[in-house]
Amino acid sequence: MSNDVSTVLASAIRLSVPLTFAGVGEYVAERAGTLNISVEAMMLSGAYAGALGTSVSHNAAAGLVWGMAAGLLVGVIHGNFSHRLQANTFVVGLTLNVLALGVTNYLVQKINMTPRQVGIWKVPLLWRIPVVGKPMFAERWPAYFLVAVIPAVWWVMHRSRWGLEMRSVGENPKAADVTGIHVNRRRRQGLMLCGVLAGLGGAYLSVGEVGTFNSNMTAGRGFIVIAAVIFGGWTLRGTIAGCLLFGGVDAMRLALPALGYTINPQLLIASPYVIALLAMCFFAKRLRQPAALAQPFERGAT
Amino acid sequence: MTDVVSAPPPAPPGAPPARRPTPQRKRPVGLRSTLATVGLYVASLAAAFAVSALMVALTHGSPSKVFTAMYDGSVKGFGSFGYTLDNATPLIIVAVGAVVSSRAGLFNIGQEGQVTIGAMAGAFVALKVHPAGPVVLVLALLAAAVGGALWAGIAALLRFWRGVEVVISSLLLTFVAFEVLSYALSRTFLLHEHGAGGASLTESDQLSSKVQLPHYGQYPHFNFGTGLLIGLVLAAVVGLVLTRTTLGFRIRMLGLNAVAAKRVGINAARLGTLALLVSGACAGLAGGVMLTGQAYRITPTVSNNVGWNGLLVALVARNNAWVAIAVALGFGALQSGGGFLATTGVPTDLVNVIEALIVLAAVFPPALQELRRRRARTADTAGADAAPGVVGGDA
Repeated sequence: MSNDVSTVLASAIRLSVPLTFAGVGEYVAERAGTLNISVEAMMLSGAYAGALGTSVSHNAAAGLVWGMAAGLLVGVIHGNFSHRLQANTFVVGLTLNVLALGVTNYLVQKINMTPRQVGIWKVPLLWRIPVVGKPMFAERWPAYFLVAVIPAVWWVMHRSRWGLEMRSVGENPKAADVTGIHVNRRRRQGLMLCGVLAGLGGAYLSVGEVGTFNSNMTAGRGFIVIAAVIFGGWTLRGTIAGCLLFGGVDAMRLALPALGYTINPQLLIASPYVIALLAMCFFAKRLRQPAALAQPFERGAT
Repeated sequence: MTDVVSAPPPAPPGAPPARRPTPQRKRPVGLRSTLATVGLYVASLAAAFAVSALMVALTHGSPSKVFTAMYDGSVKGFGSFGYTLDNATPLIIVAVGAVVSSRAGLFNIGQEGQVTIGAMAGAFVALKVHPAGPVVLVLALLAAAVGGALWAGIAALLRFWRGVEVVISSLLLTFVAFEVLSYALSRTFLLHEHGAGGASLTESDQLSSKVQLPHYGQYPHFNFGTGLLIGLVLAAVVGLVLTRTTLGFRIRMLGLNAVAAKRVGINAARLGTLALLVSGACAGLAGGVMLTGQAYRITPTVSNNVGWNGLLVALVARNNAWVAIAVALGFGALQSGGGFLATTGVPTDLVNVIEALIVLAAVFPPALQELRRRRARTADTAGADAAPGVVGGDA
């Protein structure tokens, strides 16, 4: 029994890590007012670039950097189209998703890769704790970046001037603009940070967990990330809780049949989206979205 | 209509003199600006194709062979053109629906899910209602439309009952729809194939030929599925309703200025729900047409990205139902051309790349012109504020 718990927990954490990287990024982008649906493209291109990077440089760490760079590229394109040219953010996001899927599917068939996988690092002592030790403290080492990334993002968003500006352009861009904040620049920066983190999440998936790149590897994880931010009511805490929950649900789907329990897989796959929808329905008061979410800002327009 | 370039409105005759000297900056109008617009579009599209060609060349492919193959597969000869028409058909239908909801100011992006549910509902009727015949075919198509409408109706309900953004709910519902279909396909009493000896796949039985949409012509000659006619009629009707009727005027008003619409007594909830239902019904119908006109059986991937692509068609067509037909034909040509790529050794996924780049290329020119116009305007007012005659300041 404790072995089963350990197995499911380990699987849940492994599946939550990429979601959490991307979720933290998506949180930043959404707080700045972009309902970013290209996070799927960021993760997928990050996963591909990560695998390609390790294979070109023979260095697993370099793969992570490549992944972040690819996510950043998607973020830069999205930001410039939707917060400089003011093209509709959903058009751009959907298109980037199609583009990333097309490009990665194309390249994976044309370029041979010999990707590497990063190693496991065990936290001294802690990993020996029975039942929870091994699942929680013996991870592929990039997973521990989260320990730094989450507090860093929290501090930047809630304790720095830049973060205050980011949140204000998501709540009231006109007021922010009058105060002298460059609204669209902040939003572009939000997308870039989201790209870096989602790209890292994608790269973690390919060079961290799996050790190779498969076609459409992220398989809609980006959309689960969006659901997690919604479920979390646009708070960092809630977003991370959502990522852990949805990672856990995914783990159940994979683990329970193997452990001899029968469960409806469709229900589990659909549950993140249903949970997010129900949360929005019934906790509408508490789950308040940024007031200017998904509304373009243009100076002088009423 | 959504004209790309609009000249500034002329000052009304006899208007009082402006309070401050407004700089008379000449803006390009007429032929010159039209030429500039066309040039910009051509340059953007050329850039999209150039990037695609570059990608092919960098991966040791031959761009010329690729484009020849795509030309052969899409528009060379009546036979290939038939494929293009068949690929464009569901895109037209989805796009027409997307136009309706977007014009009402509700951004439904869940067409992929609505297509899925529509195809599922259509398959259910087509397979379960006996005896099969033309009546059942019509019923199946109706069921598809109703299924899609109901799925979009959930988004409408959440919007007007709990205030959940349609963009979010319709997006999330798409992924729920996939699992609903997956569930139905895994249960024999629903849609799962009645296989011989249990070796059945996760797909439905094949539709009886009596509930299939007729197809005119054979491959080497001119041919098309009759679903195309449904799409064309739908586009014409929706285009007319939107531009020539009171209902259409109200829908557009709701989308352009919800406050003004409320002042004149438009019930946003009712009209918005109607627009969403129509948009979902179109997406569902597209699923039904794909099922009865091309696929003939339902598989987990029955929607085949038609929902996403149809939405992109509507957006590239700048929410004009008639323009959407032309754009859908372009997308259909890309897809049928992609079918011929196998001979060149280039993966078919190239089609998705080209398609996405074309969408970005189509989004770019109007956005750039709008940006320029805005900058010019801001520069005007900034100059007027600072000192008359001095034009300065950056937007």
